[in-house]
Amino acid sequence: MKNAISIDGIAKGFQQKKVIQPLSLNIEKGGIFGLLGPSGCGKTTLIKMIVGLIKPDAGKVTVLDHEVPNEALLMDVGYMAQSDALYTELTGAENLEFFAKLYRFSKKERRERIQYAAEIVQLTNDLNVRVAHYSGGMKRRLSLAVALIQNPEILILDEPTVGIDPLLKQSIWEELERLRNEDEKTIIITTHVMGEAERCDKLAMLREGEIIAAGTPEALKTQFAAETLDDVFLRIGGGLK
Amino acid sequence: MRIASLVTRITQQMRRDRRTLALFFLAPLLILTLMYFIFDTEASDLKIVVTGSDETIVKALKQADFQVTAAEEFSREKMIEKDTDGWLHVENGKMKLTLLNDEPTRAKAVQMQMMQGLQGNEKNTPSIEEKYVYGDANTKGFDTFSPMLVSFFVFFFVFLIAGIALLKERTSGTLERLLATPIKRYEIVAGYVIGYGLFALIQTIIVVLYAVNVLDIVLVGSIWLVLLTNILVALVALSLGTLLSSFATSEFQMVQFIPLVIVPQVFFTGIFPLDGMSDWLQKIGKVMPLYYASDAMNGIMYKGFTFNEVLLDLLILLAFAIVFITINIISLKKYRAL
Ligand SMILES: Nc1ncnc2c1ncn2[C@@H]1O[C@H](COP(=O)(O)OP(=O)(O)OP(=O)(O)O)[C@@H](O)[C@H]1O
Ligand SMILES: [Mg+2]
Repeated sequence: MKNAISIDGIAKGFQQKKVIQPLSLNIEKGGIFGLLGPSGCGKTTLIKMIVGLIKPDAGKVTVLDHEVPNEALLMDVGYMAQSDALYTELTGAENLEFFAKLYRFSKKERRERIQYAAEIVQLTNDLNVRVAHYSGGMKRRLSLAVALIQNPEILILDEPTVGIDPLLKQSIWEELERLRNEDEKTIIITTHVMGEAERCDKLAMLREGEIIAAGTPEALKTQFAAETLDDVFLRIGGGLK
Repeated sequence: MRIASLVTRITQQMRRDRRTLALFFLAPLLILTLMYFIFDTEASDLKIVVTGSDETIVKALKQADFQVTAAEEFSREKMIEKDTDGWLHVENGKMKLTLLNDEPTRAKAVQMQMMQGLQGNEKNTPSIEEKYVYGDANTKGFDTFSPMLVSFFVFFFVFLIAGIALLKERTSGTLERLLATPIKRYEIVAGYVIGYGLFALIQTIIVVLYAVNVLDIVLVGSIWLVLLTNILVALVALSLGTLLSSFATSEFQMVQFIPLVIVPQVFFTGIFPLDGMSDWLQKIGKVMPLYYASDAMNGIMYKGFTFNEVLLDLLILLAFAIVFITINIISLKKYRAL
């Protein structure tokens, strides 16, 4: 199994509007895959179809050799939504505990996983504070911790570093790279920050629900004869072929 | 275990929300107490007028704690004018009692007191022909509709609170996040049912104990049967509330279901006599869960019905709950096909 995820001609429309044109994409195992594209181009929609939260109108998604939706897969995919989905009445620890319980961990495992996830996002000292009193960035980090809680094979992160300061961003990226290198995890990330895109192993550029370019950051720069990814993005966004 | 974790979470959330908790447990007591005083004003100073009778009856009635006035003649118009609770007319040994019945409890008190007063006077129970200025003999008092109030509170608060809770999960994205974990759809619904069911149970216990011990509302039947009935009511309310919450996009829209779903049900719960309603209207009542709930509650608390006597009502409530819960589980498919 070389591909962690293979997308085969999926399409999705909301009401009259076609949001994802039929598109196919293979994502290799063990790497960081970046999804780029202007706001509203369908990144979140595409990601939700991979997780199984939206049913495609056509085509199919295969994750780790199982066709989505598949119950076993939900264990292997850690998902971080674009908007924080947290229980604000509960503390950070209670949120993590709740999700950890859904994955049926033993009490000891739960404690370990919560500690690990909280450390990565540097929330250990704020775990007993209610989420309602968290700052925007803290909520974002807790959402990331929730995605990490079950130690999944595949991490799908929808704009994970929005609102997080550069220092913390750096340490989160180091952890993502460690997960890729040591644990051979597959990580899919959407971002608007070109510095982050640069650190991905592979990129796909989406526009109006179509993949208009894909490859390593270097290959993309060569393809569009651009100095930086920013330039690539601007050309694509500007409608150049 | 996943269900248990959901129940724990719901309990934690509710415990943190002190106001909702207070509303859930104390508001019913407040309203019940208010209604108790409004409907059950101490039936004191009952004014009656006696016509065509001799001293003995007037004396007996005075002893029975009435404010008695003997008069040559009297009329219904004068009753209204002078706010007289009862007018007893004796003619050829026959008694005719006209009751003002502006408040059913006062009318009932007049009847009771008069029976007792006259009984001591004569050997056999006097036969009295009764007439009413307002309403009729079926006009109900607090005792007869307070049982249904208990169910109404359970229904109202569980409907709103559970409905809004699930709505919040939808709008905040936590429901979607939940469905990205291996939790099963039925486990979510079961977690909700048990979590809020527990609170409904506590609420019922508090309300019933308060009603029976503090307000002295009659409880002829078994308190366990009362609890069982209200657990079923809570199930129906919860499953209907969560179901309808998918048609609301904000808490305010959830509140808009009150005049649509809850108020109409109140009309069929026995506050207003059902017998007088036209057939088609009575048929509408039959599709409303609270109709069966009040029927059962009234039977248990007021008439002392046993389990078998209210079984049909309970089964119908259970059927409502099962249908709504099933639709709930199916409707979650919208978020995840599994
Ligand atoms: N549930 C929905 N109903 C109707 N339209 C939707 C729905 N979800 C998304 N859309 C539309 O689909 C398009 C793509 O949305 P999507 O959220 O996938 O964009 P995105 O690429 O993630 O954007 P951003 O970078 O701003 O997060 C948008 O035009 C949006 O209006
Ligand atoms: Mg998005």
